[in-house]
Amino acid sequence: MKEFNTDKLPKKQILSMQIDLSQFEAATDEEKTQHEKMRESTTFFKDGMRRLFKNPLAVISIIVLMILVATIVIVPEIYPYSYSQMIEVNGKRDKTAKNLAPFEYSKNELKAIEQGQEIFPHIFGTDELCRDYFIRVVYGTRVSLIVGLFASLIVLVIGLLYGSIAGYCGGKVDLVMMRIVDIIYSLPDTLMVILLSVVLNQVIGTALQGTFIARIGTNMVSLFAVFGLLYWVSMARLVRGQILSIKNNEYVLAARAIGTKPSRIIAKHILPNCMSVIFISVALQIPSAIFTESFLSFIGLGVQAPMPSLGSLANAARGGMQAYPHKMVFPALFICLIVLSFNLLGDGLRDAFDPKLRR
Amino acid sequence: MSEHLLEVRDLKQHFPISTGWFQKTPLKAVDGVSFTIDKGETLGLVGESGCGKTTVGRTILHLYKPTAGEVIYNGTQITPANIGKFRRDMQIVFQDPYSSLNPRMTVSDIIGEPLDVHKLYSSKKERDEKIAHLLNLVGLNSDHARRYAHEFSGGQRQRIGIARALAVEPKFIVCDEPVSALDVSIQAQIINTFEDLQKKLGIAYLFIAHDLLVVQHISHRIAVMYLGRIVEIGESSEIIANPMHPYTQSLISAIPIPDPDTARVKKRIPLEGDVPSPLKMPSGCPFRPRCRYATDICAKECPSLKEAAPGHQIACHNPHF
Ligand SMILES: Nc1ncnc2c1ncn2[C@@H]1O[C@H](COP(=O)(O)OP(=O)(O)OP(=O)(O)O)[C@@H](O)[C@H]1O
Ligand code: SF4
Ligand SMILES: [Mg+2]
Repeated sequence: MKEFNTDKLPKKQILSMQIDLSQFEAATDEEKTQHEKMRESTTFFKDGMRRLFKNPLAVISIIVLMILVATIVIVPEIYPYSYSQMIEVNGKRDKTAKNLAPFEYSKNELKAIEQGQEIFPHIFGTDELCRDYFIRVVYGTRVSLIVGLFASLIVLVIGLLYGSIAGYCGGKVDLVMMRIVDIIYSLPDTLMVILLSVVLNQVIGTALQGTFIARIGTNMVSLFAVFGLLYWVSMARLVRGQILSIKNNEYVLAARAIGTKPSRIIAKHILPNCMSVIFISVALQIPSAIFTESFLSFIGLGVQAPMPSLGSLANAARGGMQAYPHKMVFPALFICLIVLSFNLLGDGLRDAFDPKLRR
Repeated sequence: MSEHLLEVRDLKQHFPISTGWFQKTPLKAVDGVSFTIDKGETLGLVGESGCGKTTVGRTILHLYKPTAGEVIYNGTQITPANIGKFRRDMQIVFQDPYSSLNPRMTVSDIIGEPLDVHKLYSSKKERDEKIAHLLNLVGLNSDHARRYAHEFSGGQRQRIGIARALAVEPKFIVCDEPVSALDVSIQAQIINTFEDLQKKLGIAYLFIAHDLLVVQHISHRIAVMYLGRIVEIGESSEIIANPMHPYTQSLISAIPIPDPDTARVKKRIPLEGDVPSPLKMPSGCPFRPRCRYATDICAKECPSLKEAAPGHQIACHNPHF
């Protein structure tokens, strides 16, 4: 390259607007190489995570959910009371510990304390069967979270398989499969959930008697079946749509032009590009499953007594709502907390990972 | 005939489009295209947007199954059954550098994919060396290999796409408007890259563009397309200096000329009307509704490609010289 010489440049007229070229300096080699540097390389995942942790609402909901998970794992191990047992003082059932307010002790317990015993306080009080309410709420949260996670997992598996088959095969297969989805989609879902859980309860209940699954509770199993049968349709639609749009991308054509096999195209090109959208929708599916479970338990179709769930706790509290409002408040608060955190986390994930918002 | 690298005979691509309940009309995106390309030669393919250029390129590579017609490579006819054997010989560079690279893959995975698929290396080290070599070949830094496609500019992405096509050492590349999504200064760089590669590696191109100036610069021969057909084909300089088809004439008259004196002398032949929908093709010559020289025969018969001068064919009943 020719050496840049500032002296040979045309002189600037005093009044002209022309830029004074003599003020410029030639770029040094070091400056030129700076130009070639690019920003720090990040993976899609790292980039999304960085974005997620910049979102205060998402971070708060992650913290809340972690605290909740830690509580439901640790508390039942160390807590002195169990969810199905009446409170006992000195080995005898304490009939006076009925419907206590938070941190209140029963008469028998007060006596025992006077005698020098140490008794763990009832953080949320007790219920009308003299059971510690805090541990019941914790168990209820545990049940609700497990139901939410498993139901979403079932929905994910069915929806992913069904949707990818419909999307990848296309044509007539797609047409028939999607009309079935439309039919299921058009059923009034609350009604179906109620009918199905009643019917399934009876059918599964007799079929499973004595097996290992019966111990989980037939209600719980039928609950999962209800989710499996009804809620996979929107997931299947989402997956199909994603696969259809990615299938026609030019990088898939390029892979075909190279001679890549269809199995490798699906694994390397199609699935990685729709996974984030699918996971976001799973995260948003969890609160809706939890909500449905609570609602079913509330109308008496959910998990079996004495196993508590947040919904059945709220239902039981309905009777004495005027006298003991806290028994309604605690489970309701936990439902709100869980549903809200998952929703906010799902929103945060979507904002952080949705490719349409990138660029 | 066997000296041609690639021969396309009467290629047709009709897409079924639903036009009502249970009713499908074929959209004739490509309707009887024939041409040949020799070793190390560039054939430019020009035409308005939607005339079927991309479809021609993709149908040659059997990315779309041809409705009719033959594609013959090195004397062997390509069929959907044996296309796998030709994937190493024919490649494509896409129009849109943004959607043609998988955003979840690093550059080395993108360029390495053809190497993986055809097992073109014996060790990891050889793979890395090949990738670095390919990156240097298209004017990129080999340090870029570990980065993701979204970290690059349009021009750099197009180079990555070219490197991917080159990885299998093809003899023929379909370049589908490789520069039209880029700004002018980068266009020239990319076109020079294509020319250098042709000189070094002797690759033949089907170079698609809608801009005659770009095509004229790089092509040995030019084919002009209109509504799924080739209307004129011949030596590049000949087509520019002496266009014979009324459509080509108006295209060439629309090229801006830098010299004002010549520009004043030259008359622009304006194109009237719009391109008809490929679903409702006019009878006879597809260019008839917009043609200044149309006569009765044009409505009745569709003109076929005929030799008008040595090596210069046109499809017109009333050629104007
Ligand atoms: N997969 C498809 N299904 C149905 N119709 C298609 C399909 N691909 C292209 N077409 C139609 O075929 C015609 C030709 O399209 P094509 O993409 O080949 O045009 P083109 O010449 O490449 O245009 P451009 O310069 O804008 O890229 C258009 O009318 C288009 O709508
Ligand atoms: S065949 Fe007739 S209508 Fe077609 S281009 Fe020639 S003169 Fe025009
Ligand atoms: Mg195109």
